[in-house]
Amino acid sequence: MARVESEVGTRSGAFMKWIDDRFPFTETMRYHVTEYYASKNFNWWYIFGVLAMVVLVIQILTGIFLTMNYKPSATDAFASVEYIMRDVQWGWLIRYMHSTGASFFFIVVYLHMFRAMLYGSYQKPRELIWIIGMMIFFALFAEAFAGYLLPWGQMSYWGAQVIISLAGAIPFVGDALVEWIRGDYAISDITLNRFFAFHVILIPLALAGLVFLHIVALHHVGSNNPDGIEIKKNKGPDGVPLDGIAFHPYHTTKDLVGIVVFLMLFSGVVFFAPDMGGYFLEHANFEPANMMATPEHIAPVWYFTPFYAILRAVPDKLWGAILMAGSVLLPAFLPWLDRSRVKSIRYRGWIYKMALTLFAISFVTLGWLGLQPAEGVYVMLARIFSVVYFAFFLLMPYYTTIDKTKPVPDRVVYHG
Amino acid sequence: MVKAARIVTALAALLLTFGVHAASDVELEPAGNDPDNIKSLQSGARNFMNYCAGCHSAKYVRFNTLARDLELSEDQLVDNLMFNAEKTFETIQATMPMDDAARWFGQPPPDMSLMARARGTDYVYNFLKGFYIDPDSPTGVDNRVLEGTSMPHVLWELQGYQKAVFSTDENGTTHFEHFESVSSGTMSEEEFDEFVRDTTNFLEYISEPIRSTRRVLGVWVMMFLIVFWIIASMLKKQIWKDVT
Repeated sequence: MARVESEVGTRSGAFMKWIDDRFPFTETMRYHVTEYYASKNFNWWYIFGVLAMVVLVIQILTGIFLTMNYKPSATDAFASVEYIMRDVQWGWLIRYMHSTGASFFFIVVYLHMFRAMLYGSYQKPRELIWIIGMMIFFALFAEAFAGYLLPWGQMSYWGAQVIISLAGAIPFVGDALVEWIRGDYAISDITLNRFFAFHVILIPLALAGLVFLHIVALHHVGSNNPDGIEIKKNKGPDGVPLDGIAFHPYHTTKDLVGIVVFLMLFSGVVFFAPDMGGYFLEHANFEPANMMATPEHIAPVWYFTPFYAILRAVPDKLWGAILMAGSVLLPAFLPWLDRSRVKSIRYRGWIYKMALTLFAISFVTLGWLGLQPAEGVYVMLARIFSVVYFAFFLLMPYYTTIDKTKPVPDRVVYHG
Repeated sequence: MVKAARIVTALAALLLTFGVHAASDVELEPAGNDPDNIKSLQSGARNFMNYCAGCHSAKYVRFNTLARDLELSEDQLVDNLMFNAEKTFETIQATMPMDDAARWFGQPPPDMSLMARARGTDYVYNFLKGFYIDPDSPTGVDNRVLEGTSMPHVLWELQGYQKAVFSTDENGTTHFEHFESVSSGTMSEEEFDEFVRDTTNFLEYISEPIRSTRRVLGVWVMMFLIVFWIIASMLKKQIWKDVT
């Protein structure tokens, strides 16, 4: 507060004082920006949080402009998307940014989550950050799923058909539940309208609130770092962590470089490969939804496929749905499944390193298998890797207890 | 600029050789069309309006957009392409009433605006070349790429008729071997390939008319980002100087 008062003589100082007497502006800026200290040894894994924020902003801004021209009706939806692509000024750019943004959101969030697993960021005292993060992840799933119905193409329609019908596997109430979600006896104009409402207001509102909580919780306990050391344990005489540096201007200028690199990759897709070979925009979705013609091969968009592969690996529909839901929910329990004394992979033993490697391989392979037809050797592979996926989580309390860890230094490792 | 765009796209294509057009299991001959070839697109537009637009609409495609992108004057557009439209801002509608078409063919002929994007150019190219004599079919022909199609062999005058030669393996399944010409059309095989390639090219263009614009713009965006990246890196270095 001392600095603010010394500036009172100037006009801007007087203005800030007027504001600060009524709203904690300077205090908030200091707490969250100029005097929020994070470790100086962040590596490139630490860019994905801010990138998720960048993508969220891209999605909201482009989404607003898409909403101005999109028509949420079964008769007009498909044509209105083509209208945006062909007749609306810069509509194609806005639409490609939004469709590419959806895929990049998941790339960024998956890497953000994997970073937390590498460095034990979910461990005490950051359990709530992780739980809120998982809720953001679930909301993102719902947001992407609802959004994918809106172009009203063949894959929009049949993808939604497959996933919504999963609720029908629940005994007794299943069929009624499916009807309640669709609001009709089949996916129809009514379903499209309510999914539009979910996609543009309900879930974005929830996402914004959850992201706010995620950051409040993070700034309360402070960021983890690649060494998994609590930098607040070593403070200088001024109360500033010795290994910490201010978020602004240090981390902001560093993040800016990462954001520009990200924008290069993002623009590379938007301008040179918006379909991404059929992975970001599925070819079959350029045919309008037709409830009389089921596509030969229904594959969800790539970011759902690891879980879709688990669903199909199980011969029973109900158990498949239960295991799929389990595979999405399980990571939420990581703070309690992980019994290791250390956070970072740098100081863990070979067992965890191997387990995490197997997990990463199984996740990527399941993602690939979810795009293949469910037959023959693919089903067998999906079963094997599903077991690996679940074993990583369920056996974790055991193998993290017996794993030999290395001693953790007092200060973070930083080479200029 | 266009050349740079091509290099970037070629690199992207290299990364994306795993494309997933899972439309059919039929082995497809590559279409080999070039959407940057304006002359080929002009021929394709002529072919489409002469041979396809009687039955197939391209209802998202406006004539004036077509003229702009294909470098045609308004007179050229009106005289050569706008047979069933009055104003240049109209979209391409089929001449045949769709209700009649649905009665005659069992289903209305699909709109062509996005066909190349949904099925792939190789599919379109091979479909147009894939009609063969089948006495059991009501139209007298079947198609190798889309078995049981209700589309007649519209291009018979140009291509002539061909028959398909199948072989049967030890499991009793039949495999397509090759086509044999039964009667020749007004075009040689090479001329007909070129005709189909131009038409396919046009279908690829109308499936995403903004394609060439976005690639040219993309190069400028990339150049801006490279400059921005240099400045951002210098700023970071300057600020971080005193961090030890």
